[in-house]
Amino acid sequence: MDQFAVKVFVRLRPSVLDPAGEATKSASIKLGAEGIKSLRIGKMIEVKIEGNGENEVREKIDLLCDRLFANTVIEDYEYSLEKL
Amino acid sequence: MDNFTVGIVVFPGSNCDRDVSWALEGCLDIRTKYLWHESSDLSDVDAIVLPGGFSYGDYLRCGAIARFSPLINALDEFVISGKRVLGICNGFQILTESGFLPGALVANKNLNFICDDVELDIVSSKGGWFNNGDKKQTIKLPIAHGEGRYHCDSDTLKKLADNELIALRYKNNPNGSSFDIAGITNEKGNVLGLMPHPERACDGTIGGTDGLFTLKSLIMK
Repeated sequence: MDQFAVKVFVRLRPSVLDPAGEATKSASIKLGAEGIKSLRIGKMIEVKIEGNGENEVREKIDLLCDRLFANTVIEDYEYSLEKL
Repeated sequence: MDNFTVGIVVFPGSNCDRDVSWALEGCLDIRTKYLWHESSDLSDVDAIVLPGGFSYGDYLRCGAIARFSPLINALDEFVISGKRVLGICNGFQILTESGFLPGALVANKNLNFICDDVELDIVSSKGGWFNNGDKKQTIKLPIAHGEGRYHCDSDTLKKLADNELIALRYKNNPNGSSFDIAGITNEKGNVLGLMPHPERACDGTIGGTDGLFTLKSLIMK
């Protein structure tokens, strides 16, 4: 069995308003940061998982992302995978 | 209707289960039974309410974890059989997360947790959940949510509108919901999800009785 470290990024789809991102953008500007054109907040999920090779692990992660980690009605996801 | 029993699902973090039971038993004389989320035996209930609250602490997304409970897995067959399911607030979020209803509920546009009475237009009484009569009617129900902004893509919205699946629209949209949507049904009409709380509007002494009709309609065949 191989072990992998996976980082999953879940983001609101561009068409979905992100009020938390807007509020943080507003606070960033109040802090004095200049030039911020857009700020959106997502989630990062770290998973350590084992399986027989990368393809099998990718299948498992795809299922987790599609069915649990992200709601694809409102969110997109992507992930990176590193063999340990 | 003597033995008609409404199952009220209890998740860790549900907090409107007792309110729903009080409204059904105390105001409408309808028998209720609490259903723990780990149960999958729905054989002795005739309709189901998914009550409001914060199931599983709203972790990940509202309703996302509840979707995987044994009870929600068993709900598929219950819905296909035509029995009635009412999802209120967090219950509505669970119904969208689990795919019984389209769309999703996301953070209110102004980020506030909104606790207020709102006026709602009855758009469709599909499934008989609302007393629509011949004319457009308005009812007043309480809302209490932080993630109540209904969102769906334009194709879904068109489908909802074309098939009369939009049950309720806010008169003054409080949370930024697409098309002012406050409640929708499935195509068959036996599943209703709504953000307002009908169980909190079942007795004049607490501010109104506009929720009675919807709860009473649970016993429709």
